[in-house]
Amino acid sequence: MDFRANILTIVTFFPLAGMIVLLFFNKENKTLIKWWANIIGVVGFLISIPLWLWFDFDRADQFQFVQRVPWIQSLGAEYHVGIDGISLLLVMLTTLLGPLAILSSWSAIEDRVKEYYAFLLMLQAGMLGVFVSLDFFMFYVFWEVMLVPMYFLIGVWGGARKLYAAIKFFLYTLVGSVLLLLGILALYFTYPTMAAAHPELAQQFGTGYTFNIEAFHAMGQFLPFSAGVMDFQKWVFLAFFVGFAIKVPMFPFHTWLPDAHVEAPTAGSVILAGVLLKMGTYGFLRFSLPILPEATKAFVPLMVTLSIIAIVYGALVAMMQPDMKKLVAYSSVSHMGFVMLGMFALNPNGLNGSIIQQINHGISTGALFLIVGIIYERRHTREISQFGGLSSVMPKYATVFLIMTMSSIGLPLLNGFIGEFTIMQGAFQKNIWWAVAGGAGIVLGAAYMLWLYQRTMFGKLENPANAKLPDLNLREWATLVPLIIMAFWIGLYPAPFFRALDKPVIKLVLKVYPDYLQGAPRLEAQGERK
Amino acid sequence: MGQFFRIQDLGAIAPELELVIMGMVLLIADLLIKDKKKLGVFAIIGLGLSGVLLYRLTGIETSAYGGVLVVDQFANFFKLIFLLGAALSIALSLKYLDIERENHGEYYALILFATMGMMFMAGAVDLVTLYIGLETMAIATYVLVGFLRSNQRSNEASLKYFLLGAFSSGILLYGMSLLYGIAGSTKFIDIAEALSRRPLTDPISLMAMITLAAGMFFKIAGVPFHQWVPDAYEGAPTSITAFMSVAVKAASFAMMVRVFMVAIYPLRPQWIPIMAAVSIMTMTVGNIAAITQSNVKRLLAYSSISHAGYILLGIIAGNETGMIAVGIYLLVYTFTNLGAWAVIVALRRRDVIGEHIDEMSGLFFKNPVAAVLMLIFLLSLAGIPPTAGFIGKYYLFAAAIQTGHNTLAVIAVLNAAISIYFYLRIVVAMFMREPTEKTGLVYSPGLLTVLAVAIIFTMVIGLYPDPFITLARQAVILGF
Repeated sequence: MDFRANILTIVTFFPLAGMIVLLFFNKENKTLIKWWANIIGVVGFLISIPLWLWFDFDRADQFQFVQRVPWIQSLGAEYHVGIDGISLLLVMLTTLLGPLAILSSWSAIEDRVKEYYAFLLMLQAGMLGVFVSLDFFMFYVFWEVMLVPMYFLIGVWGGARKLYAAIKFFLYTLVGSVLLLLGILALYFTYPTMAAAHPELAQQFGTGYTFNIEAFHAMGQFLPFSAGVMDFQKWVFLAFFVGFAIKVPMFPFHTWLPDAHVEAPTAGSVILAGVLLKMGTYGFLRFSLPILPEATKAFVPLMVTLSIIAIVYGALVAMMQPDMKKLVAYSSVSHMGFVMLGMFALNPNGLNGSIIQQINHGISTGALFLIVGIIYERRHTREISQFGGLSSVMPKYATVFLIMTMSSIGLPLLNGFIGEFTIMQGAFQKNIWWAVAGGAGIVLGAAYMLWLYQRTMFGKLENPANAKLPDLNLREWATLVPLIIMAFWIGLYPAPFFRALDKPVIKLVLKVYPDYLQGAPRLEAQGERK
Repeated sequence: MGQFFRIQDLGAIAPELELVIMGMVLLIADLLIKDKKKLGVFAIIGLGLSGVLLYRLTGIETSAYGGVLVVDQFANFFKLIFLLGAALSIALSLKYLDIERENHGEYYALILFATMGMMFMAGAVDLVTLYIGLETMAIATYVLVGFLRSNQRSNEASLKYFLLGAFSSGILLYGMSLLYGIAGSTKFIDIAEALSRRPLTDPISLMAMITLAAGMFFKIAGVPFHQWVPDAYEGAPTSITAFMSVAVKAASFAMMVRVFMVAIYPLRPQWIPIMAAVSIMTMTVGNIAAITQSNVKRLLAYSSISHAGYILLGIIAGNETGMIAVGIYLLVYTFTNLGAWAVIVALRRRDVIGEHIDEMSGLFFKNPVAAVLMLIFLLSLAGIPPTAGFIGKYYLFAAAIQTGHNTLAVIAVLNAAISIYFYLRIVVAMFMREPTEKTGLVYSPGLLTVLAVAIIFTMVIGLYPDPFITLARQAVILGF
């Protein structure tokens, strides 16, 4: 089999293959199971590296490594995979966070080990499938499939209110998904009419029913739109919006997130924050913006308002949390608000920043959940008031925590700064007040993170239970070091990432504003950075 | 047409004839054979033979008995579902009836007779033939529901089912008599022709339509005519509950499609709002009532009510996609639901009733394979990909969207989302609770066969549905 031609398929299904082999292991042989899952995770990452090496960055706006095989011919659904610059980054983020999440579970999960790793691997395959699908039907299948392993991860290995959190997660996301399905169907049935009316569409993608995402992208500009009334584009946008916004999660659909995060095991939280939430933002980028450009513009005020509320509200709520994990969870709401704000600035800076910030959020918040998990494993509590002065007993831990705090609040030289700065640039170009609101969010973010750090790490060590806590061990270093490297890499030298993004982002902007490039001065900021 | 009976008409009803003969043979053999399980195996063989005869009719389009009965792809497709449903239900019963200490030969004969009635329902294009098929099925089923003769619940269920069933047949018959009065003929085509010549608001036509619809909704358990279902499903032997929830339901839908899409098709603008309202109520009431159930049989009974509500979407859409949806959904539902019922049947042991949700606690720890299979069946019932249930739901929703029934589609998908809540209650019990001493299963070869068939088709239709869609499409293209 030609590895290069099939690389996306192999990367996506490798964890699933590993899971199937895992099912045949004796469930008592926990060490073997753990080793196997870790090896699958690491190899899964290694085989995804060629994606980065072989990716043609000069054609980053084109889908690459494409594979198409007919699947359900009576529906026009295909097995169709491929990645552009945007999905490349998200795939790499997934393959990087996957093994780290697996490794972080080594000593945290002692119960029902075999099923645990089976579900983690299944989840990994499902998430990768979402990011590589170029067929809407297939996308939807992956999108829903990963609900099941996540449900089990929370429901079986979660905290005290795990059942409540798990069902809430499932119900919320499922309600969103089924409405998304209706939106997909509406587009699906519109395509043949559009293809009949527009020969250029028919020429390229045929006249029959199709789920091809590229065909939908091409159809976007022809979809009828009338301002002021609820028309086809707006309805479909709303259906997509509910599906994706619940996943992101945007205010006011965010209430499942704190519950799910607090109850989930550490690895579940890492995956949830690191990758799952990105599926929502990816949905907006891949579908809502290019397919429904007019509706996107029409809904900008709503989207931006919700984003700003999420930024400020998430930050304020985070500040008041007595539980470390819940604090980080609410900080996610705030950070994802940033991502959405940048996206709906609908200019290259905003979108670039939005995508970079998605990666950053995966790295920083993933790391923060790992950090919280490490202390939870030692003390079995996450109450902030239980800690204080930890930096004296766990200096290495305190250092890593500090780096990730700084990354999360956007200190220059670290990744968060790059994302936030670019988003602010984009927001500023569009509307100064958006930038002001975003700025307030950054200040609040700094406040709650630094306050958390101060209360847990500094001060006198008063709680005797904390006096003899061991510092980071080798395995914990191994989970954190890759994320630290990534944080510095993006912070110091983000050019490769922007190189992957610039072209797809411009393409996206042109979908929404076909004459954007005529307003050349606004693009200069773009040029300077290269 | 000419003469009413030609000798070759026997060929058209060969599969049905074979079932009658086999049923008679079983009744006689019952006197001679002590091991009743053998009779069950014979019955399955009989169903298989009928399947072979059915297969020989593929591609043949003919009508028999002066045009009261047709052989077409639509009928064949549904007959296949009935045969499958019946055969798998019998396979479930072999051991189960021993445990209930009610293993008698007439049980198997009655299932064959009921199946034969269903097959006539699917092929009938005439009111009288249809009604006789329906009653043959119904009377056999009344007896089967009360088959646990020493069990009070079973008796009560049977009586309730019988009274309400007879009542609904009466209403149905009333509607049929009005149609006969309008058309002067009992043939669907003549009725459609006569109806199309009358104004849409003609009071007698409407009266006929409403009574007919009410009777039909009774049979498919549409809300507000659903009250008999939870009691009948709970009281009946679990294998019969499985049989009713797949085969009887499929037969009722086959009848409904024929009547609504042919006989009273001219009144379509009038019956669509009624059916839409019933569909919404059926989905919603079924799902909401299911949430509060702690008896698994009742829970699945309410879930089966809500599924009938989804299937109505296909008839409301009424186009090719909608018809394919009805077919594919019932096919999928047969496998998935029988699989789920098989697990419930297996829970019944000598000393354990195995119906309460607590009796499934920690099933995963004692019977991991059964628990995982049940999980897949439940996900399929909820319509989560990549299971077959998703393909079925996909088609129904697609049909609704394609024909512009957007509000209906939104209500349906939200219902589908809600339904995950009670399916997951079973999952929680199986996977996230500690096992009790009551937890456990008994397997038997028949049961394992059913589980294997159910899981294979649930996954294959989910992952590669093309051949099955083609099958359903042929059924509806040639059928109408």
